[in-house]
Amino acid sequence: MLAWLHRLASPKRFHGLAGFFITWCGWGALVLFASGLYYSLFNSPPDYQQGESIRIMYIHVPAAWNSMFIYITMAIASLFVLVWRIKAAAAVARACAPLGAMFTFLALATGSLWGKPMWGAWWVWDARLTSELILLFLYLGFMALQSAIEDKDAAARAAGVLAIVGIINIPIIYYSVEWWNTLHQGATITLSEKPKMNMDMFISLILMSLAFKFYFVVAVLRKARNEMLEREQNSQWVKEMLGGSDERK
Amino acid sequence: MSVNEFFHMGGHGFYIWVSYGLALVLMVTAFIPPVLQERKLIKQITRRLRREQRDQREQS
Repeated sequence: MLAWLHRLASPKRFHGLAGFFITWCGWGALVLFASGLYYSLFNSPPDYQQGESIRIMYIHVPAAWNSMFIYITMAIASLFVLVWRIKAAAAVARACAPLGAMFTFLALATGSLWGKPMWGAWWVWDARLTSELILLFLYLGFMALQSAIEDKDAAARAAGVLAIVGIINIPIIYYSVEWWNTLHQGATITLSEKPKMNMDMFISLILMSLAFKFYFVVAVLRKARNEMLEREQNSQWVKEMLGGSDERK
Repeated sequence: MSVNEFFHMGGHGFYIWVSYGLALVLMVTAFIPPVLQERKLIKQITRRLRREQRDQREQS
């Protein structure tokens, strides 16, 4: 099992797989963004209560979903670092953090821009908003810890512990709207129920969410692949891949 | 619907366009450095490998 896992996660294998996903998810992201933007800006109705401002949702909700999804990815990758010492997982976890921080910031900022016209305030200390802000600090802490420790492997392990402990915040964010009496509205879309919204709005939201996910996959793999390439530049597979053309001459 | 009406968004134009603009700017800015870095890395490594191969040939 262990040998199999290490072979599967070998840097060379990782490079090939990453390339495959970068290409196909890249095209997927383009198509999804094009159709998603068309739906969210032109082909979906204004809300009967919130008017046109509902269109902010198609950025805000995908960004917020990404912020949590990326954190879970980072924590799982960190688990692989801590238990199996897989280098590709460390590269993925490290690449996740700035992207996660970016989407968390985007969710908070678009939330503000949505809150101002709808609630009349840029910010309230509501459970949902506060727990999402804590998520931003977790990402920043993870990044700070990574850069504070000289030895990259030790840094990945220390930050990995933080990532895994911090995952407790994810269910808190998710259920915050149920556990506390928040100004933030509850979930409109859950996996178990039919969406309580107009079909075109639902399609806009799903297209944009998928576009954001695909973007993340491409961005995180590009970064992780670079890190692996830099680390592994003296290994045989990199030589074969990049120096191969010269040998044949 | 006129172009003006579209950008006005029933009075919410500012909030909507800043949201979409911010998303665009952030996602594009985050994407450029890894692409440039990859190009630089591949160039660097290829050059070094070529140099090493040349040195080896000259030695033998």
